[in-house]
Amino acid sequence: MVDGEESPEVLRAALEAAAELYQRAPCGYLSTTPEGTIVSVNETLAALSGYRVDELVGRRTFASLLTAGGRIYHETHYAPMLQMQGVAREIALDIICADGRRLPVLVNSILERGPDGRARLIRTAVFDATDRRRYETELLLAKQKAEASEQRARQLARTLQTTLVPPSLPNITGLDLAVVFRPAGDGHQIGGDFYDVSQIGAGDWLISVGDVAGKGAEAAVVTALARYTIHSAAIRRRSPAQILSNLNAVLLRDTTTDRFCTATIIRLRQSKSRWTATVCNGGHPPPLLLRDNASATALGRPGNLIGVFDSPRLYDSKISLHSGDTIVIYTDGVTEGRHGDEFFGEGRLTDTIARHTRSAQELCDATLTEVLDFQGGTPRDDIILFAIQILDDGPTHPRVNQR
Amino acid sequence: MTIVERNNVKISGRRDGQPLMFAHGFGCDQHMWRFVAPKFEHRFRVVLFDHVGSGDSDASAFDPARYATLDGYARDVLDICHELELEDVVFVGHSVSSMIGVLAAIAEPGRFAKLVLVGPSPRYIDDGSYIGGFSEQDITELLGSLESNYLGWSSAMAPVIMGNPDRPGLGDELTASFCRSDPAIAHHFATVTFMSDNRPDLARVQTPTLVVQCTNDAIAPVSVGEYVRDAIADSSLVMLRATGHCPNLSAPEETAAAIAAFVDR
Repeated sequence: MVDGEESPEVLRAALEAAAELYQRAPCGYLSTTPEGTIVSVNETLAALSGYRVDELVGRRTFASLLTAGGRIYHETHYAPMLQMQGVAREIALDIICADGRRLPVLVNSILERGPDGRARLIRTAVFDATDRRRYETELLLAKQKAEASEQRARQLARTLQTTLVPPSLPNITGLDLAVVFRPAGDGHQIGGDFYDVSQIGAGDWLISVGDVAGKGAEAAVVTALARYTIHSAAIRRRSPAQILSNLNAVLLRDTTTDRFCTATIIRLRQSKSRWTATVCNGGHPPPLLLRDNASATALGRPGNLIGVFDSPRLYDSKISLHSGDTIVIYTDGVTEGRHGDEFFGEGRLTDTIARHTRSAQELCDATLTEVLDFQGGTPRDDIILFAIQILDDGPTHPRVNQR
Repeated sequence: MTIVERNNVKISGRRDGQPLMFAHGFGCDQHMWRFVAPKFEHRFRVVLFDHVGSGDSDASAFDPARYATLDGYARDVLDICHELELEDVVFVGHSVSSMIGVLAAIAEPGRFAKLVLVGPSPRYIDDGSYIGGFSEQDITELLGSLESNYLGWSSAMAPVIMGNPDRPGLGDELTASFCRSDPAIAHHFATVTFMSDNRPDLARVQTPTLVVQCTNDAIAPVSVGEYVRDAIADSSLVMLRATGHCPNLSAPEETAAAIAAFVDR
């Protein structure tokens, strides 16, 4: 015997072992022509499917063993993948067994090519996946349930969010108003920013913009409280500082929350066709005034946060407005928009608004776009931009449009 | 995002040639044409693209409302024609893209010179005496198949990019992404594809049309191909020896020859 050659007995035993492994492997095997006709199957697959070997070989295609849906999947995904890649792995299909029962299987196939490169044979291993499929079905159900629940949460958040801001801005003769409000994230989180416009007399308006610390349902409750407190306080009080003091007292007294907020209130009053603004900042970024192409200046004096101190320092600052003036009130979601370690910042904000003063709406839209672009589209914090432009307003014009 | 980016449009062949546009069907992407399209590059300006949600298209452009019917996909075909200023277009659509081409040619008959419909079906579900080959239950099962195969997909695969198209074999990148798409989009596309009924549209086609029909096509049987031929006024049918639903992959030579015989006519 030449060294390295096996005896015929050893070879025969090896072949028998290989044949036995093929027939009784712990998974089904089948081979088909490239067109799909079955040319061999092992005993395991016959047992799994309930068909006799001779009922399958030469008589059936692999696809014909599948459910109709599985056949479509086979034609549109499985076969192209095999043709293109020579292999398809972990494909989930259902075999219809001889007794009509469906057997969930996982299937791996390889495409054998001849020396001329032409497809010759497809070899397929079939694994019984009954238990796995049951588990996957549960996973899918859980996923569908989670998606439905997320859908409901989004809907709820959207509904709640609409109660935190007025449905539309009033038309006020002599003023051009616009606002954009972009809640943080992808829209299912409800946040703490709010704004409002209310008329407190003829030619006398109150605009408020605020930001409650935190996010989520608890913050939203405080946001609603803040908005309505300002609204009702404005019925009796005219001074922005007094209205914010009132809100401060309400938040301090409310023992259900220790949340605070920042807010700016501007009272806009028209007298003999001229507008004056009274501004109070409660811990809020001061509104910006653009006038005569000069760079933006901050309006009002800095004041304390609302809902923290027993006697907060809050100041009313009054200024006369000219036609062409633009006031921008914003929340810190604008300036604290981040790109890496860098903030959008007040510098960028004043540059941006100075370039877009054609109308209040253009200013808001263009600035929002820049702020969002800066942080890659998804803001981490709520964003409010509220712009007021003083229009040319002759004394013959009606002073106020009713809401 | 441009339309070229949105639909991952790839142009090859002769710059001054007549445009020959290949559209892939449900399941995979423009690579379905990779053995066929190059055979036309010596004479045509060959345009390949991915439907939005398939292949390397911009999945963020997927809008369920726009793509609620095949008309949305047909609008994309026209968008590409407008963007590239394609005139006198020969449109080759595989599977569901046959009907997408039919809808595009009805919308702008002047833009299309010829239509080639490979394995077309205007309706997959049986309806009275019409035999589409499937019941509604079958289609529900297909949607189930897509969901079960969801686990073979992960979002990490989505952004995979195709490598060098000159490479003879397929890149590993493609191996990972070919025929795998976002399950939600695949589910939507399958529903739109298999629930649509474009039978009434066929009579409105004025463009000369070739139906390329496979033997033993489990998805688009011969009788359905003949139905399409009979319903389109200026049309003929060529029968391939190839079996299955994807002759562009399994028998590219025969498929290309059938298309060439018609477009060179």
